[in-house]
Amino acid sequence: MMLPLGLTLLLLTAAAADLPGTAAPLLRGPGLGGSPSAPLLLLPSRQPSAEYGAPGVALARSAAEEQASPAAEEEAAAGEHHGGGYRVVQWEWSYVQTPYIIAIWLLVASVAKILFHFSQRFTTVVPESCMLILLGLVLGGIVLIANKKQLYQLDPALFFLFLLPTIVGDAGYFMPARLFFDNLGAILTYAVVGTLWNAFCTGFCLYAAKLLGVIDERVQADLMDFLLFGALISAVDPVAVLAVFEEVHVNEMLFIIVFGESLLNDAVTVVLYKVYISFVEVGPENVQTADYFKGIASFLIVSIGGTLVGLVFAVILGFITRFTKKVRIIEPLFVFLLVYLAYLTAELFSLSAILSMTFCGIGANKYVEANISQKSRTTVKYTMKTLASIAETIIFIFLGISAVDKSKWAWDTGLVSCTLVFIFVFRAMGVIGQTWVLNRFRLIPLEKIDQVVMSYGGLRGAVAFALVVLLDGEQVKAKDYFVATTIVVVFFTVMFQGLTIKPLVKWLKVPRSTNRKPTINEEIHERAFDHILTAVEDIAGLQGYHHWRDKWEQFDKNYLSKLLLRKSVYRKSELWEAYQKINIRDAISVIDQGGNVLTSARLSLPSMASRASFPEVTNVTNYLRENGSGVCLDLQVIDNVPGAKVEEDMETHHVLAGNLYKPRRRYQSHYSRHFMPLGEQERQDREVFQRNMRSRMETFKSTRHKRHKKERSLKKRRGSDAKEEGGDKPRRNVSWQDKDPVVVPVESEEEKAEHSEAEKDEDVGITFVARKAETPKERPKSVPAALDGGQSPPAAHPSPTCGDSHLPWKGGVGSPPPCVSVEATKIIPVDLQQAWNQSISSLESMSSPPAPAEPVHPRVSALSRLGAPRPASYTPPGSVVGSTSSIGAQLSQGSFCFPEKTEKEEEEEEEGGVLQEMQPLMSSLRPPGSLPPPPPPPGPSSQRRRNPCVYLRSLVAAPPPGGGEPQSRGPTQL
Amino acid sequence: MGSSSSGMKDVPDAQELVQETGFSAAHLLRLHERFEFLDRDGTGELRPEDFDAIRELAMNPIGDRIIRAFFSAGKETLDFPSFVRILAHFRPADKNRDRAQQEPANSRTRKLRFAFQLYDQDGDGKISRAELLQVLRLMLEMQVTEEQLQCIAERAIQEADLDQDDAISFDEFKKSLEKVDIDHKMSIRFLK
Repeated sequence: MMLPLGLTLLLLTAAAADLPGTAAPLLRGPGLGGSPSAPLLLLPSRQPSAEYGAPGVALARSAAEEQASPAAEEEAAAGEHHGGGYRVVQWEWSYVQTPYIIAIWLLVASVAKILFHFSQRFTTVVPESCMLILLGLVLGGIVLIANKKQLYQLDPALFFLFLLPTIVGDAGYFMPARLFFDNLGAILTYAVVGTLWNAFCTGFCLYAAKLLGVIDERVQADLMDFLLFGALISAVDPVAVLAVFEEVHVNEMLFIIVFGESLLNDAVTVVLYKVYISFVEVGPENVQTADYFKGIASFLIVSIGGTLVGLVFAVILGFITRFTKKVRIIEPLFVFLLVYLAYLTAELFSLSAILSMTFCGIGANKYVEANISQKSRTTVKYTMKTLASIAETIIFIFLGISAVDKSKWAWDTGLVSCTLVFIFVFRAMGVIGQTWVLNRFRLIPLEKIDQVVMSYGGLRGAVAFALVVLLDGEQVKAKDYFVATTIVVVFFTVMFQGLTIKPLVKWLKVPRSTNRKPTINEEIHERAFDHILTAVEDIAGLQGYHHWRDKWEQFDKNYLSKLLLRKSVYRKSELWEAYQKINIRDAISVIDQGGNVLTSARLSLPSMASRASFPEVTNVTNYLRENGSGVCLDLQVIDNVPGAKVEEDMETHHVLAGNLYKPRRRYQSHYSRHFMPLGEQERQDREVFQRNMRSRMETFKSTRHKRHKKERSLKKRRGSDAKEEGGDKPRRNVSWQDKDPVVVPVESEEEKAEHSEAEKDEDVGITFVARKAETPKERPKSVPAALDGGQSPPAAHPSPTCGDSHLPWKGGVGSPPPCVSVEATKIIPVDLQQAWNQSISSLESMSSPPAPAEPVHPRVSALSRLGAPRPASYTPPGSVVGSTSSIGAQLSQGSFCFPEKTEKEEEEEEEGGVLQEMQPLMSSLRPPGSLPPPPPPPGPSSQRRRNPCVYLRSLVAAPPPGGGEPQSRGPTQL
Repeated sequence: MGSSSSGMKDVPDAQELVQETGFSAAHLLRLHERFEFLDRDGTGELRPEDFDAIRELAMNPIGDRIIRAFFSAGKETLDFPSFVRILAHFRPADKNRDRAQQEPANSRTRKLRFAFQLYDQDGDGKISRAELLQVLRLMLEMQVTEEQLQCIAERAIQEADLDQDDAISFDEFKKSLEKVDIDHKMSIRFLK
């Protein structure tokens, strides 16, 4: 098993190393981080005889490349002997060199990750970071053999400006804030006191070892040098800790303490490092007492300043995301930019950049997550994770590569072994001492086991390496020795300790983290507990942690949230969101398990019969029933449509819609940079998904019936529920319509439920798996869309009748941009049952094919109540379809619908802000630019409400200029 | 220590309370000071009105219920030992507590019992839907609609309700929180 893996790995590395290896002569610049102009600058120095010479010159000569023209002039003479002329294929290596090499590196790193995870057994034992370092060593060796000179190494600038921020940004933004602040005292102690202790002890003891002669004479270092080295080697490294601990899964408290320490000790490291550097520069004898105090002041400024910068940017970020509703597509960018700017700004003022970024992430997370759309949330999460993951990979690979370059380091066994021993011993001593003090103040004391893990988890990493590489060899004579020692320390901690920490944790039986999501009961009761504890602290007169936390929450609620949250979000309760999340999760698990979970005792879903008074659209069963299952939809539909003929037509329609697979459509109706329509592929997927769901729900129902028969004693109630769900639903709906007194409350509930559904759509899934996060989003959107467009296949309506063109959902038949139907179903509150009834009766009066009956109806009717121009503007395209019935018309209609919808959206916003929080999709649909005015005047819409038939006839007689729309739309969209 | 021992004389039943609740003498003294501060008219007993003096408590959404939980059923006054006994619920669990007496107040069950009785206002040993709704309404204030509250309550009861009686008994309550570190979530650190 291992052999082929190793072989492939070697092959890959060889192949990958080949490129940068051969490219080496060109790259005189400093490693990867070279400036983009480097290739051009390098051109003149290259000899024409070089392997790339000829093609490169040819490239330069080709006039097509405007940017290359300066180089072309320089190279003109060199290119003379190639005879000139136009060359069909050109070798443009120098042009693409830098990005190409970077891309290749990323590719190598990513592929390496894939390969590591081929063997499950292997990766459970060996941490990825170890493998990456080994890979780096191999790659570095190959490059070295190929070039006799190491070209790539971890460039401090590259590391500090690009690689580290991605990791820290990810860590800070997704830091569990409550846990972090619960343990802030311990974290700060370990980060500040612990790091200082480590730094001083290591420095002094190394100096003592030097005096004692354990460290070789060649290491020219005095006390200051050793203290400097101690400062940079003593800090626990966030990258290494994250890489190793993420695979170990220790409990959250332990993890947050170690990881929090590794982040917050940055300020200490930065200050110590800078102070010592300046001391070394001026010479130890010139250091005055005042300088020590300056050092302390500097520490305060660097740490507090860094934190403040972070918090300021957090506020800015929260504030900006308040207003991004119309530009959903760039929401994630704000998050990245501002978090990164927090880092850069702190660097700019030489404050602690890591602290700044961490606190920016922690501070902004709550508000940003509430403000941005679900899609943006997912985007932010995945982009951050991707970047952090690749940065981590690159860092470890480069650590490996850098280690190969022997010219950079000098070995001294005494120094290396002393350092290893000292950092380990002092880490352990520091942890034990501090824990002893901390435990006197902590509610939950840190056990001995925890202390062992914390001591052992003191991993050093790339930060130390980057800092040591940054040292000035002129000032610090022993730099080469320090580099070697740092490399050994990093490798030892990451590889040896990283490799052994897992068995150690297992052996010590350290409580592991449970990847369990809280239930609604836990959410409720824990909130109650918080209130209880706050109250008890108040009663007992203690100004404890809960007291201050409560104070902060009051402040947050009264001021910060008002400032940083959208109004619509501000009113939402966290508990409600938790509830929705749980519901979604259940829904997902229902789907994942094919509905079986419903029958288990764990999750019993509410059913109509027993709880008719509750808004049901918001709970899972209904959620699924309304959106996921075509079966249920049909049932409901049949109730809603009176009249035998209509019913018959409908059934025919549904048989067709249900059983005909929609042909793949070839036309993408539109393209825009500013919003993301559901793609054709997505629609197809959706259809498949819907079909699966439907069959699942069918089987699920039947199984529930069976179960009902089998075990009635225990689950009598639920069994009957199941029955009702299946069989009694029609009846229920009938009564829903018939009973007048009931109608009003139910409707209002439905409306709210509708809203919440839209909200839910947005608030779904902070779950952690891509699929899961995606799925819930899919459902609400997809289903109505599929219903609108999907249920009436275009082939089935070669010549749509009045009803077809008249009804929005019919109009959407051809190739509805999914967004349209989505919106239609989602935004419009289902509040006017009356309106629906009216429209139904008016429909009956025309002998038109019935509407594809779905629960969508009421919403559509509500639409007409709102008096939105939508129905009117919808109609024209429909009639166009009717007259031409060509794909082109459908296409035009599809693209036409888009501006219409945004128009509609805006109008709804004006409608009293009821729908303030729109689902992400539709908001992202809104183009930033101006929109073409809706071609049909809003007049017809009201007309239509009064008498649809009349309006329809007028439409048929004179179709409005719907066909012209796409053209007019074109420029603004594309 | 001198001041503490002199102060201890003022505390009624000091030794027994230390024994019973596990508070240290220093804790007890501090709590007694607090008790006397709250007991403004100096009767040695607290009345519910005395708690109104605590300003922060007025902001606590379920503050009233918590105050009421301090008073045993039917009583309108609270003496110091009862005060301490209630507060003892919130001590963190002591490890190696080997005195084989009846369950200490800071055990998991007792902590949960305290929380449970905040919900269970009619004292029938069950949290009914209405009772849960009341608490939710208090905690969520104006942030959610009644429908949303009902959804949450509905869901919570379904989740916890094992015997299908549409209410949460104490056992069910305990079971629904079995994965939660109650000792962590229901303890405060009493200052010395």
